[in-house]
Parts: sequence; C-alpha cells; structure tokens
Amino acid sequence: MTNPTRILPLLLLAISVNLMGQTDDSTKLKPSYFEVNDYVEDNEYCLRCHGEVKFVIEDPETGRSTTEHMCPDRNIDRDAFYTGVHKAFACTDCHSYDYTTFPHAIATRLEEQFVCMDCHGYDETFAKYHFEEIEVEFEESIHHIEGFTCWKCHNPHSYRAFMRNSQDLQEAILYDNNMCLNCHANFNRFTLLTDRDEIVVVESHDWLPNQAAHFKKVRCIECHTEINDSILIAHKILPKTQAVQRCTECHSKDSRLMHTLYKFQSIEKRKGGFLNGIMINNSYVIGANQNIWLNRLSLLAFGATLLVILFHIYLRTRKQKKS
Amino acid sequence: MATTKIYLYPIWIRLWHVLNALMFILLIFTGLWLRYAAAESGFISFNVAVGIHNVCAIIVTINYGVFVIGNMISGNGKYYRKWRKNLMPKLWKQFHFYAIGIFKNEPHPFPITKKQKFNPLQKISYVLAMYLGMPLLIISGIGLMFPERISTSIFKISGLVFYDALHVIIGFVLSLFLLIHLYTCTLGDKPGTLFKSMINGYHEEHE
Repeated sequence: MTNPTRILPLLLLAISVNLMGQTDDSTKLKPSYFEVNDYVEDNEYCLRCHGEVKFVIEDPETGRSTTEHMCPDRNIDRDAFYTGVHKAFACTDCHSYDYTTFPHAIATRLEEQFVCMDCHGYDETFAKYHFEEIEVEFEESIHHIEGFTCWKCHNPHSYRAFMRNSQDLQEAILYDNNMCLNCHANFNRFTLLTDRDEIVVVESHDWLPNQAAHFKKVRCIECHTEINDSILIAHKILPKTQAVQRCTECHSKDSRLMHTLYKFQSIEKRKGGFLNGIMINNSYVIGANQNIWLNRLSLLAFGATLLVILFHIYLRTRKQKKS
Repeated sequence: MATTKIYLYPIWIRLWHVLNALMFILLIFTGLWLRYAAAESGFISFNVAVGIHNVCAIIVTINYGVFVIGNMISGNGKYYRKWRKNLMPKLWKQFHFYAIGIFKNEPHPFPITKKQKFNPLQKISYVLAMYLGMPLLIISGIGLMFPERISTSIFKISGLVFYDALHVIIGFVLSLFLLIHLYTCTLGDKPGTLFKSMINGYHEEHE
C-alpha cells in the first residue's frame, strides 16, 4: 500500500490551483501594497484564490480542470485589504498556518477564529479606542443576537477607520451608512441573521422630510444609537421604537449631532459666530446653526421698532387727551 | 361731518390681502418655531411646523402670482409705478408728518385719492416689499424646500447657509414691515378706519 504521507505532496502538486490569468499575477500587485505590508508575496499564496472571483483547479495527471467560483464571503479585495486597518498583516497572523495547504483540511476550517477583542481588548496599546466599552455597548445592543459578531459590520479584510481619520466627513458618512445598508438594504444578507420581515429603508423613513438630504448628511447611528460620550462611535443600536424621531433632537441649539457626528471634531474650523459652527463645514442644520450676531441684530431691530411704535402711541394718546 | 367714500380696494385685492396676511402670520410663527426650536419644545412638533410652513409658503407663492398678474391686468399696478420721482423730498415730507405733523393736526401731505392710493412712504415700502423682498423670500424658500437641488457653494459659502441666511434676513425684514404696516394702518381718521377699508373696499375721508 502506498504511504499516504509520500503521496500528499504529489497530491498537492497534482491539484494545483491556478487563477484565471495566473501569469499576470504580478500586475495585480501594486507598489502601494509593498509600502504598507512586508508580506505581500506571502499573502499572494492565499489571494491567488481568495483575491479572485473565480479560480481554476487543474489535475496535471489527467489534464482535467474546472473553474470554481469563490464564495463572496471568502473573497478578499486586495485594494481594500491593503488600505484597511489590518493592511500590514500577513494572512497567517490571524489565520492558521495550516491554511497554506490546499485543499484546506476540515480540522483547520473548524478552528475557532479570532474575534476583535482577542487582540484589541484589555490592551494598553488600544486603550484609547475603549474597545471594552464598545463590547459592553454591543452586548446591550439589538445586534447582540446569535451569529452576529463585530465582523458583520467591520470586515477585518477591508475595514477602514473612516470617522477617526477621514478628512472628508461626507465620505465617512457614506462609508458608515453603507455598513448598515450592507444588510439592511440587502435582504439576502439580512435574512442570514434574523427571521424578521424585510426592512425597506426608504419606506420605513418616509416620515422624514428631505429624506435624501438626511441620508447623505448624517449617519444611521445618529438616530439609532444611544449617545455615549466616552467612545467615538456609539455601538448600542436601539430597537426601532426607541430611534430618534423628534426633529428638534438635532434641529435645535443643543443639537444631538454635536454629541454624535461632530463629537470629536473639537477644533471648530469655521465657527464665525454660528452656534454649533463645526456642522457648517459639512451641512446646514436649521435650528442648530443660528448666527449669534444675526440673532442679536434682529432682537435689536425688533426692539427698536417696537419702542418707536410705543412712543408714537404714547404721543398720540397724550394729544388725544389734550384735545 | 361729511364723509367721502372712494372705492379703492376691489374684491380680488381684498381677498389676496387677507389670504396673504393670514399665511404670512403663520409663516412668521412657524419660521420662528423652526429657527429657535428647542429640544424639549412641545407646542407643535418640528415636522408639523415644517409642514405648516411649507403649505403656507406654497399658498403665499401662488397668491403672489395672483398679485403680480392682477396688477398687470387690472389698474391696480399703476399705484406701484413712478415711485422714484422726487423721492427724497416726498419721503421726508411724509416722515415729517408721521413724526411731528400728525401731533399738530397738520393736513395729510399726500391725501388719498382715486389716483393716489399710497403716500410716498407706503409706495416705496410696498414696492420694495412686494417686488424685491417677496421674490427673494420665495426663491430662497424654494431653495430650502429642495436643498438637494441648490448649489453646494455660493460666493464661497455653503449654498444652504446662503439660502437660509437670505431667507431669514428677508423674512425678518418683512416681519418688521408687517409690524410697521399694522401700526400705520391705525393712523387713519380713527384707529379702525383703514382696517374697515380693507373689509368693505371703500376709503372713507371725514371732512
């Protein structure tokens, strides 16, 4: 009987995995990848398959081959990975080294995967991000259900800390909202985690005036989370019945947006006499962005007009009494 | 005491005027509510105020169209023309009357006649209010009603800030105009005379 340990390397060679356009692999590797990651070539060993939407399996002995489609959940976008928060990582930093063999052994695939807190929790390096508080918030959130993990919103292969680092708030809002809409506007994904009826976001927000402007200028979490002053982004997603529906929560002098969207932008770059002036860099919120000088001037003008009228009335009354 | 009656306010003017006045008062009220909304304010909710403000604004805009077209096709437009001739001396004369003459029983410098419905101060303020203020108020209001349609930047500031500032400033100036207008309407022969004219259409002059 043939020793299986001897045929294993042959088997691995026989079932060589090739990508469509394998010969052009080098063209997929951009110089920018090498600037941020020392393991680009090692990672390519995985991304030859996982970086493509389809790949070819060939059997050199028989010459037969077949094209397989990569499951979207297992597909890694190189550009997204090398610009994401984990851009400097080797695949094997988080995934078992055993994955370097193909086909991946079932025992390898059943290994427990890392979660965010395994690296980020209770570590001084990450203390400023308050991951422990985020975890507590998540556990109190409506998202705390079977199968829901940080990865559902924060894809470790592509996540970018937009709110903290982006210079363009508009772009950051779009990125953040797409995280929600990834499931809430895609029933196929949504139904993987819940048996709830489909949510049609546009319809469920039909009460909201200027809906498009709201969706563009604020994040979903502005209204759907509980304010937490110690972490940058609140993670306690509230049930829909507790979502903010009162316009004046944002459209007022004490706008909620200053505790959410604009919380960490402490340098008010364009205040210019406006209340909550930082908002004006991104949008204009009626009720929240009053100009202090206009307020004072209008009060003065109104008061002066009223005084002149009252004085005129007084003179008329006096004249009438005399006559 | 003899009373002369001049028919100055045809029915369409009176209907336009009363509708404009009611809508404008609602617009001022809801506008102030939106502008100075407080998180805990509970008289009417913000979105109800937005709804009322929008509906009143649409009515006022259509009504403004009625006013402009009505003035073009009826004889009423003539009262708003030729307002620049000898403007400053006339304005001064009228201002002097309101400030001093009225208390000395001096005769009105520009008595109301069929040909002269407004005194010079009225004329210039009505022309500015109706042919400058109202169009700017309506245009800026339409901009705020459709914020996604307006330019993101005007004169190097946010389009929304520009439209809102314009809307608020013009709205405030016209609100002051309304206050002064209401008061000057009490300066007829009797405090209620001019209000009565706007109801029955006749200007009454007591001799």
